[in-house]
Amino acid sequence: MNQNLLYILAFMAILVAAGYVYNRKSVLAQARSGAVQNGRGSMAHWHSQANYHGYFTAWITGLVTFAIFIGGVFIGGSGLPFLLAWLGVIILSGLATILIVNRKITPQFRARNYVERFIKLSLILLSVIAVLTTFGIIMSLLFESLRFFDKVPVLDFLFGLQWSPQTALRADQAGQSGAFGAVPIFAGTFLIMLVAMVIAGPIGLMIAIYLSEYASKSVRKIVKPLIEILAGIPTVVYGFFALLTVGPTIRNFAEGFGFSVPTQSALAAGVVMGVMIIPLISSLSDDVINAVPQTIRDGSYALGATKSETMKQVVFAGALPGIIGAFLLAISRAIGETMIVVMAAGRAANLTGNPFEAVTTVTVQIVALLTGDQEFDSPKTLAAFALGLVLFVITLILNVIALTVVRKYRERYD
Amino acid sequence: MSDIESPSTDVKFTCRDVKVHYGDFEALHGIDIDIPDRGVTAFIGPSGCGKSTFLRTFNRMNDTIEGCRVSGEVLMDGQDIYDKTLDPVLLRAQVGMVFQKPNPFPKSIYDNIAYGPRIHGLTSSKAELDALVEKSLRRAGLWDEVKDRLKLSGTGLSGGQQQRLVIARAIAVSPQVILMDEPASALDPIATAKLEALIDELKERYCIIIVTHSMAQAARVSDKTAFFYMGDLIEFDDTEKIFTNPSNSRTQDYITGRTG
Ligand SMILES: Nc1ncnc2c1ncn2[C@@H]1O[C@H](COP(=O)(O)OP(=O)(O)OP(=O)(O)O)[C@@H](O)[C@H]1O
Ligand SMILES: [Mg+2]
Repeated sequence: MNQNLLYILAFMAILVAAGYVYNRKSVLAQARSGAVQNGRGSMAHWHSQANYHGYFTAWITGLVTFAIFIGGVFIGGSGLPFLLAWLGVIILSGLATILIVNRKITPQFRARNYVERFIKLSLILLSVIAVLTTFGIIMSLLFESLRFFDKVPVLDFLFGLQWSPQTALRADQAGQSGAFGAVPIFAGTFLIMLVAMVIAGPIGLMIAIYLSEYASKSVRKIVKPLIEILAGIPTVVYGFFALLTVGPTIRNFAEGFGFSVPTQSALAAGVVMGVMIIPLISSLSDDVINAVPQTIRDGSYALGATKSETMKQVVFAGALPGIIGAFLLAISRAIGETMIVVMAAGRAANLTGNPFEAVTTVTVQIVALLTGDQEFDSPKTLAAFALGLVLFVITLILNVIALTVVRKYRERYD
Repeated sequence: MSDIESPSTDVKFTCRDVKVHYGDFEALHGIDIDIPDRGVTAFIGPSGCGKSTFLRTFNRMNDTIEGCRVSGEVLMDGQDIYDKTLDPVLLRAQVGMVFQKPNPFPKSIYDNIAYGPRIHGLTSSKAELDALVEKSLRRAGLWDEVKDRLKLSGTGLSGGQQQRLVIARAIAVSPQVILMDEPASALDPIATAKLEALIDELKERYCIIIVTHSMAQAARVSDKTAFFYMGDLIEFDDTEKIFTNPSNSRTQDYITGRTG
């Protein structure tokens, strides 16, 4: 059946192409004979060029055959006779459409306007589909979360201090329904994000300042792409780098001082995540610092300010909103990051502020809740949707703030 | 104009054989000039002749341009400002500059003015700074328009107000010299008239050097005029003489609009 559908679609494509070629040719022929009769330039008195008539035919043919195709899908018969009849109707109606349109072609026919309108409509349709998809995802998140909140009260979820969804699996153990207090995992997410920002914030900003204010053009040309390569490394590579290199290093280092520290820790994950978002911060900040006009720097130098005074007090002040925007985007990236923390942060839902301990994050828990065999409507599975929803809301708010701040800043020097 | 004659006997800047290179390109071919201490000196000449380049030699702003080299001697009050031991940062505190496009900092009006005094530590208390800000704004003729919105951003002012703001900013560090590079080119006639009135007032206290493309403006505001052509100083004399009876035919051609 599926394969047959493909054949039918292929026939439709041929019909559409044939419509374009045939009617375009026909217009050219008409134009030529008209030119012979009244002696005027061949297409000069035509409203639309020949290829527009061709496109118009193609569009109409496509629409008509597609409608019949969909009709066939809905009727949903099977067997060879049905398929042949279906295909026959499509081919006949396609050919009929081409011929009818062909009869309609006159020099006055406004094919170009119709084609432009078709194009506009299809572009609108495509963007609507994109928006609807997003909307659909949000809706599904929302409804599944509501189902979860039927079983676990919202307040227990948002403010509970215990997270141990595993116990819920053992249905034989009466009374054990698991604990779904999300505070420890949000705290873990926050802790790792904090470590990452402590690493990436200052370093990224310094790189941006160095590149835009101090580096010569030739240094900049080499260093900037090099740093941006960091952004192209797959996160899974960062993940095992964190697990196999950074984690053990931290543990060995701590053992040297007589502490025992797990390989998986908030610190290991956070440090590597910080390295990952350095290019994000440095290149966004570099852009906004560069957007501060040179004339303003000159104004500061001309008052007898040094380079660093100019940087700190004038350029930075001008670029600050953009830099804040860059930081917020980096934070939302850090919160949503999954691969590194899955590998390097651990799964223990500890409520701690100590970066040497293993913690877990929202994204890690979502992965943990949904991998393996699950009943689809157990609270354990549904909890993933609730976590996803909260995560989505947080990053959405961060992004909106970041974009507003950046936009406001942009207007300033236009 | 003759009543300005007496102050012009004091010389602020003495330039001997000043050449400026951008990479291999020689933009100025050896300029000799004595700029008087009080009053206004105007630089005129066709586009690209080196007026801005020469103006920037007086506060060493050319140092900030990659590939720019200055040779020769520029003395300010008899001291070589290109001396190795001289700090350009200190020089620029004494030689203020106003640019073609108004360039207020993205800060409040108050902070725009207070910026220079703060980095040079000119005041010791908030009250003193307040007073200095007010004095500078008054002298630039902007105080009445902005006194109720000192906390608002300087970039929100009109073009003419911004240009007076940056003049106030330059005045606030009590310079001896103010360099102006086509300060009125972005202003309408009314703002230009205000600016010229301001220059008229300031010239009692400061040595002002102004680059302008408007012959009429040079004639109105300046006491002395220097005419540049293709990197050379062609003629330098009292403004009245330049505009009524220039001794060089190229000057004559330029001010009557035959070259340019
Ligand atoms: N940063 C620079 N790098 C290289 N060449 C420069 C630079 N600035 C100026 N020049 C060159 O030096 C010469 C003098 O330029 P300058 O800006 O001093 O002219 P100007 O008289 O101020 O012109 P305008 O009236 O158009 O402002 C020009 O030929 C210009 O191309
Ligand atoms: Mg210039």
